[in-house]
Amino acid sequence: MLNFVVRRLLYLVPVLAAVSLLTFLIASLLPGDLAYVILGDQATPEKVAALRHDMGLDQPMWWRYLSWLGQVLQGDLGRSFRTGQTVLQAVAERIPVSIELMLLAEIIGLAIGVPLAIACAARAGGAFDRFMTGTAFAMLSVPSFLSAILLIYLFAVELRWLPATGYVPLSEDPLANLRFFVLPALTLALAEWPGIMRVLRSDMIATLQEDYISLAKAKGLKPARILFVHALKPSSLTLVTITGINIGRLIGGALIVESIFALPGIGRLLVGAIYTRDLIILQGVVLLVAAGFVIMNFIVDMLYAVLDPRIRHGHA
Amino acid sequence: MSEALLSIQDVAVELPTPRGTLRAVDHVDLSLEAGRTLGIVGESGCGKTMLSRAILQLLPKKAKLSGRVMFAGQDLVRLAPERLRRLRGRDLAVVFQDPMTSLNPVLTIGTQLIETIQEHLELDALAAKRRSIELLTAVGIPAPEQRLAQYPHQCSGGMRQRIAIAIALSCEPKLLIADEPTTALDVTIQAQILDLLAREQRRRHMAMIIITHDLGVVAGRTDEVAVMYAGRVVERAPTPALFKRMHMPYTEALLAAIPKLETAPHTPLPAISGRPPDPTRPVPGCSFAPRCRYAAGRCHQAKPELVAGETAGHVYACFHPIQMAEGVGA
Repeated sequence: MLNFVVRRLLYLVPVLAAVSLLTFLIASLLPGDLAYVILGDQATPEKVAALRHDMGLDQPMWWRYLSWLGQVLQGDLGRSFRTGQTVLQAVAERIPVSIELMLLAEIIGLAIGVPLAIACAARAGGAFDRFMTGTAFAMLSVPSFLSAILLIYLFAVELRWLPATGYVPLSEDPLANLRFFVLPALTLALAEWPGIMRVLRSDMIATLQEDYISLAKAKGLKPARILFVHALKPSSLTLVTITGINIGRLIGGALIVESIFALPGIGRLLVGAIYTRDLIILQGVVLLVAAGFVIMNFIVDMLYAVLDPRIRHGHA
Repeated sequence: MSEALLSIQDVAVELPTPRGTLRAVDHVDLSLEAGRTLGIVGESGCGKTMLSRAILQLLPKKAKLSGRVMFAGQDLVRLAPERLRRLRGRDLAVVFQDPMTSLNPVLTIGTQLIETIQEHLELDALAAKRRSIELLTAVGIPAPEQRLAQYPHQCSGGMRQRIAIAIALSCEPKLLIADEPTTALDVTIQAQILDLLAREQRRRHMAMIIITHDLGVVAGRTDEVAVMYAGRVVERAPTPALFKRMHMPYTEALLAAIPKLETAPHTPLPAISGRPPDPTRPVPGCSFAPRCRYAAGRCHQAKPELVAGETAGHVYACFHPIQMAEGVGA
C-alpha cells in the first residue's frame, strides 16, 4: 500500500511540472505587454523599458519560466499590481467560498444521483428507469446559466424563500451563509446529478449480472443488502472518478455560477483578473486550481484502493 | 420410500432470443429424497445449469418457467419472494461453477460467510464468527481465523471453492446444489473438492445434486444419475445400474468420450460427432438421432418417451436401447 502511494506521488511530479509550464505559457503568450498594461496611457517608451527590465520581461522566456518556478517553489506566486495583494492572500480569502460551494454542489448531486441510479438499476428497463434516463439526458443539456435563472425566478422572485445573490461568511452566521449557498449549489448540482446517475446506473446494471450477485441471492440475503453492500461498492469506481473530476473542475470552474450569484469565490477572482488583465493573479490562480485538480485526482486514485482490495494488494 | 424432499414436476424453461424462443429445459420430472445424491450429466447447453437455476429460482428475468418445483412441501415457483429468500441459503444452498467469480471481490471472506449465518440463524457476531471458523476448518482451510480477514483474490481457486462450499454449508441446508463445482479447477484439486462434498453430504445427511458434464464425477459419488440432452432427461437410473447397463446411446457416447488410463497413447478419443440440436428449432423426432449411430427411420419422426428398463428405477428414452434384447424397447 505504501509502495502504491509513493508510486502515485512520483507520477505527480511530471504532471505538476507540465501544469506549471502550460500556466506560464498561457500568461506569457497572451497578446499585450504587461508593462504597458501596468503603466496604462501614461506609458513612455523609457518607463516601459525600465519596468520591463525591473520585471525581468527582457530576459529570454526559459529564464523567466525557471525564475518564476523557483519563486513558486518557495511559495511566492507573485503580487497583484492592482491591489498589491499576493496571489496566495487573494486565493486564501476566496477559496473557502469555492470549496463550500463545490462540496455542497457535489453532496446535492450525489444525494440526487446515487439513489436514482440504484433505483433505476434495480429495475433496469422498467418504466421508472426509462423515465429517469430520459430526464437525466434532458437535464444534461440544460446549461447552468439557464437553470440558475430559472431557480432564481422560482425560489427568489416568486416564492421569496431564498436570497438571489449575496454572501455572508460561514463564521459570521452559518445559517444565513447556507441560505446564500442553496441556489448556487443547487444550480451546479442540477448539472452534476445526471452524469452521476448515468455512470452509476450502467455500472450497477453490469455488476448485477455478476455471479457473486446470483450467489448473494442464493444465500437468501435481503434485497437491500444485495444492492447496497454487494453491488454498490464494486460499482462505485467510475463514480469516484467522475466525482473527483467534478470536484476538481468545480474548484475553478464555477465561474458563471459565482458570477450570477455574486459569490466571492475563486471563479469571481479569475473573471476579475481576466477583465483587469491582472496576469499575475490569473497565472497564479490557474496554477493553483490546476494543482488542486491534479491532487484531487491523486486522492481519487487512493480511494480506488480503499474501494477495491485488489488494487490495494497490487493485483489487477 | 419416504416423501421426496425435492420434486421437479414438468418443469420447462423458455428463453426469448433474437432467433426465436429457446427451450432450455423441456418438461423435466425429477425427484430426490432427503439425504440422497443425484447427478445430472450432460454436454454444455443441454439445460442442466438452467434446470439448477430453475430449482433455485435464479433464472434470468426474461426466462419463462413453467411446472412445479416442490421443495419440502412448498412450490418454489409460486412462493412469495420473502418466503423464498428465507429458504435460500438456509434450507437450499448452492455452489457455483467458477469460484473466481462467485465470491464478491470487495468483501472479506469473513463478511461473506458471517452475513449468511446471521441472515438465517439467531447468532450474535461472536458466535457467527466462531461458526465461520469451524466451517472453514471443516472444508480444509488452514489458519481459518486469518482467512476471515482476507479477500477472495488472496486465495487460490481451490481455496475459493472450499470457501464457497463453507458458505453453502453454513446453515446446514437440506439440499445442496453443486453446479459443475470442479470444472473451473485444476485436475489435482477436482478430486479433493468432490471428496469434500461427498464427505460433508454424508456427515450432514443433506441431499445433494451434482451437475457435471463428466460421468466420471458422478460414478461412485451419487445414488442416482439423470442424463440430460437437449433440455430433456433421456436416461435416469440408480448409479450402479446405469454404469452396469446403460440403455441410451447418448449415455454410452458420453462415457466413451472420457479418456481412460489403459488406452494406448495417440488413440483418438471417440468424441460425439456433430453438435447438439439448435434449441430454437426443435426436431420432430429424437433430438439425439442426427448424431446417433443406432438411429433408424422411426427415430427421426417420433419423440421417444421415457420407459422403464429392467432394473427398478431405471428409465430411458430410446427406440433402440443398447445392451438389451432386441424388441424389448418400446
